[in-house]
Amino acid sequence: MSKADTTLLDVRAQFPCLDQKVHGKRLAYLDSAATALKPVYVIDAVAHHYTNESANIHRGVHHLSEKATAAFEAARETVRAHLNAAHAHEVIFTSGTTDSINLVAQSFGQLEIGKGDEILVTEMEHHSNIVPWQLLRERTGAVLRVAPITDNGDVDREAFRAALNERTKLVAFTAVSNALGTVNPVAELTREAHAAGASVLVDAAQAVPVQPIDVQALDCDFLAFSGHKVFGPTGIGVLYGKEGLLEAMPPVKGGGDMILSVTFEKTTYNALPHKFEAGTAHIAGAIGLGRALEFVRGLGYGAIEAHEATLLADALNALQSIDGLKLVGTPANRKGIISFLIDGIHPHDLGTILDQEGVAVRAGHHCAQPVMQHYGVAATARASFSIYNNHDDIDQLVAAIRKAQEIFR
Amino acid sequence: MSASDDLYQEVILDHSRNPRRYGCPLDHTHCAEGKNPLCGDEYQVYLTLDEEGVVRDASFEGAGCAISKASTSLMLEQLIGKHHEEVHALFETFHDMVTNPNGNHDAKELGKLAAFSGIWKFPSRVKCAILCWHAVRNALDGKTTASTE
Ligand SMILES: Cc1ncc(COP(=O)(O)O)c(C=O)c1O
Repeated sequence: MSKADTTLLDVRAQFPCLDQKVHGKRLAYLDSAATALKPVYVIDAVAHHYTNESANIHRGVHHLSEKATAAFEAARETVRAHLNAAHAHEVIFTSGTTDSINLVAQSFGQLEIGKGDEILVTEMEHHSNIVPWQLLRERTGAVLRVAPITDNGDVDREAFRAALNERTKLVAFTAVSNALGTVNPVAELTREAHAAGASVLVDAAQAVPVQPIDVQALDCDFLAFSGHKVFGPTGIGVLYGKEGLLEAMPPVKGGGDMILSVTFEKTTYNALPHKFEAGTAHIAGAIGLGRALEFVRGLGYGAIEAHEATLLADALNALQSIDGLKLVGTPANRKGIISFLIDGIHPHDLGTILDQEGVAVRAGHHCAQPVMQHYGVAATARASFSIYNNHDDIDQLVAAIRKAQEIFR
Repeated sequence: MSASDDLYQEVILDHSRNPRRYGCPLDHTHCAEGKNPLCGDEYQVYLTLDEEGVVRDASFEGAGCAISKASTSLMLEQLIGKHHEEVHALFETFHDMVTNPNGNHDAKELGKLAAFSGIWKFPSRVKCAILCWHAVRNALDGKTTASTE
C-alpha cells in the first residue's frame, strides 16, 4: 500500500457520503474544490446543536441560550486559533467567501475607495473576487486593474508589480486557484502590495482546506473562506480583518445584534465582531465550522499536504499517460486541482459519461471565465482531490476517461 | 447497453462530429442566438421563410457539447419545408419527449430526433438538447437571444 493510503487510513470511514453507489458504481468523489464532503464529527456537532441547545444567541438569559452562545463563541475562538489571528473579534462570521468579499467591497469600499482609486486583482480570480469590485467600480468610479497570468497558470509577477502604484488602495487575490490549482506566494504578493501602500484581501476558499494559514505571518489585512470547502456546513464562512481596519469600517447591514442602542434619532453600533453580524447568525453552521477546523487540526496539515502531494503526482502521471488529454495550466507550485481537456470530447459530455461510471468531476468554467478566456476554451473538466481520495479514485477516473474515448471514438 | 451508450447513440455522435446544415448563409429572414453560459455553449441559428411562412432554408454555427450540436443539426434537417406553425408544434412534441418520460408524443413525427428519447434520465443535459430549439422559436418570434442556463 502506498504512503498516501496509509497516512490517512481511517479517514474514508468518517465520511458517510462515500458509502454509496452512484449508477451502480463505487463513488469516486473528485469534486472537493466545489464542496467537500462532511465527516461524522461535523454532522454530529450540527445535529447536537439542534437536538440539545437550539436557542438564539447573545440575547437570552435562559440556559439553552447561554449554552448556544458559548458554543458559537467557542467556534469563533477555534477560527481565531486556526488562522492565528490576534483577536477573536477579528473573526466575522459571514455566509461564505462570496459574502465576506462583498462585505469588504461595500464597507472598506465606502471607507477608502473613491473615484480614480485602484483595485488590483489577478486574472485567475473566482467570479466572487471580481464582480464585487465591478459593483464597487460602478458605485464609485474606481478603477479595476488585472494582473495577468502566464500560460503556465502563475501570476505574472513582473506585471503584478508594474500594476501597483500610489492609487492602488486594495489588492485582492486568491491563495489557491480553484480552476488551475496554482498556489500563490501570498506573503510575497502581500509585501509588494503593502510597499505600494495598498491593503490586501486574500481569498483563502481553496487554501484553508489544504494548507496552514497564519494571518499574522502573512500580514494580510483581510482573509475570506467558506465552511463548506473545509468539511464544514454550507452557508457559513469567515471574514478575518485586522482590528484597526474593522474598527474604522462602517457596518453594511443593519438589524438586531449589531447595535448597542436604538432610538429613532440615533443608533449606536455594537462592538466588533457584532457590528458586522446583523440578524440571527447561522449558529449551527458556525458550530459545525469550528468542529471542521478541529477535525483538520486533528489530521494535521502535515499529513494532509503529504497525502495530497502523493495523489497529485500520481494523478498527473496517470492523466498524462492518456492520449489526447491536455492539461490546462501547469503552475510551478500547485495543489490537488487539475483542469484538463480531452480531444474531441466536450467537457460536459465527458462529465456525463464519468458520472455514469461513478466519477464526480466538475465540467464548466468553474466560475473563472477570465481563466477560460486566457486559454481560449469555453470550459474544462476538473478533478480535485481531498483527504478521503485514494488511488482507486485515480484508477476509476482514468478508466472512465478511456470509456468516454471509446464512446466518442 | 450502458446509460452512456444509450445517450450517445451513433446518430447523435455522427451529427456532433459532422453537423449537417452547418454554416452561415448569405441571406436569412430570421436569426437568433442560443447560449448556455453555464457550459459555454454558443450557437447562432439562421432561418429563411417564404411568404407563406414555410421554412425554405435553415443553418447554424457555433460551438458546444455533442448533445447540443447533434440536436441542432437533426432539428434543422427536419424543419425544412415546415410551416412555422408546424415548427412550434414540433417544438412542443420534442420538449415533451425530452422532459416527460410518460408523455404521449408521437415518435413517428420526431423521426431521427427520437434518439433523444432517453435524455430525461439526464436532467442536467436536457437543456443542452433543447438549447437551439429555443433559439429557433425565438427567431420565429422575433427575439434574438435564447438562454437555457
Ligand atoms: C477560489 C474561490 N473563491 C471563492 C469561492 C466562492 O465561495 P462560496 O461560493 O462558498 O462563497 C470559491 C468557491 O467556489 C472559490 O473556489
